[in-house]
Amino acid sequence: MSDSDRKPLKAVGLMSGGLDSTLAARLLKDQGVEVIGLNFSTGFCTYDHHRAIARKGEDPRRLRNVAVQAGAEAQVEVRIIDVSDEYLEMVKHPPHGYGSAANPCIDCRIFMLNKAREIAEVEGAEIIFTGEVLGQRPMSQHHNALHMIEKETGLKGRLLRPLSAQRLAPTDAELAGRIDRGKLLDIKGRSRKEQHRLADQMEIEEYPQPSGGCCFLADHNFGRKFHDLVREEETMGRTVGRDEIMLLKVGRHFRISQRLKVIVGRDEAENNFLERFRAGRWKVAALDHLGPVSLVMGDPGDAELAVAASITARYCDGKGEASVRVKAERYTVAEGEPFGAGQPDRTSVMWVSPVTDESLASMKIVD
Amino acid sequence: MTDRASRNEWRELEARRAPDGLAGDLVLDTVGLYCPVPIMKTAARISGLAAGQVIEVLSDDRVILIDMPAWCRSTGHAYLGFREEARQWRLFVRRK
Repeated sequence: MSDSDRKPLKAVGLMSGGLDSTLAARLLKDQGVEVIGLNFSTGFCTYDHHRAIARKGEDPRRLRNVAVQAGAEAQVEVRIIDVSDEYLEMVKHPPHGYGSAANPCIDCRIFMLNKAREIAEVEGAEIIFTGEVLGQRPMSQHHNALHMIEKETGLKGRLLRPLSAQRLAPTDAELAGRIDRGKLLDIKGRSRKEQHRLADQMEIEEYPQPSGGCCFLADHNFGRKFHDLVREEETMGRTVGRDEIMLLKVGRHFRISQRLKVIVGRDEAENNFLERFRAGRWKVAALDHLGPVSLVMGDPGDAELAVAASITARYCDGKGEASVRVKAERYTVAEGEPFGAGQPDRTSVMWVSPVTDESLASMKIVD
Repeated sequence: MTDRASRNEWRELEARRAPDGLAGDLVLDTVGLYCPVPIMKTAARISGLAAGQVIEVLSDDRVILIDMPAWCRSTGHAYLGFREEARQWRLFVRRK
């Protein structure tokens, strides 16, 4: 018996918080494998954003972290790891391209599995697992994609997909008899019936419904804003930062010029969210009417600030009036201070006409 | 402990108040931060404690009252409960 045979088998795996990865973790744990779930915080998770923008009184159970919940359900350790800066660089130029929005599904898998492999080395884990199901997703979970991902990550023989394992080539651990292949599954396709049956059997009660909607990058509106931002900023020789990505998640977006964009809040929660990012930017709001908070992304001149004011006026309660009084304030950069802090160091109050729908349409990125 | 009993205990933990006078060996202030950051910071800081020591986490994100007991069930650390103070919460976790 070799040393590796005597040590308990250890696995690290990708745990999104969805049912499939929860079941995958549990299948291994039930075989006596020591399991560590990895949840990579990419900055594009809709659940995290939902929480950041939650309305008062919203049921906190709807806002919980689904990966932590999944770890509790499967009774396996889940580690949340911030990879957002590195992930953003990948998303800007994914080698395998995008899906129908800004979703680089294949490169996302490769990115996360490479990260998992690095952690597996540190942890001494022989297996890397995922909750992937053969044929479940058109872009990243067909047979060729699974094979290609395994090859590109250098995980041949180590990458285990417990839910579809019996339909895939055996891993080294299965071949060595350290994992009982007979206790792994042969699920294929988009049906969720078998997963739900297993969840009942394992008493896994709370899990998010599969919607494919947990990643902003797969959302078409978000994708349009994302591609616009990356294209324009890179043309200007600028680097897209984390705040600019955060701000793609809210509001109506209008491009005034290549170097300037206006984001208009759509409700109180979005207005509050925008306020948190006002430091170092111009904030615009109507003075005499209820209406949105807008942020100007970039450094506007007087004429551009007037356009931003005119757009803001279009969405306030005075939009039917010939002229609306609007206040623009530029906030100081509040380094190290809480969100929303900082004081206005420049203020401009102006009367503007609400922008016409025709003019607005030409500036609209996403309404 | 059966899965069912363990699950029930986990659910009951969400409502558990910390014993009077309980104080952490380490205090972690996460006020102003939203999930998953407070949990990530807790995980990072608790690893520096010895087994049996207690971390005291201050948060103004009410959802942490659900996430922290779940995280403890996931990791095996002991959740000792919370105290509420003017729309902020102090949560106590004993390192396994």
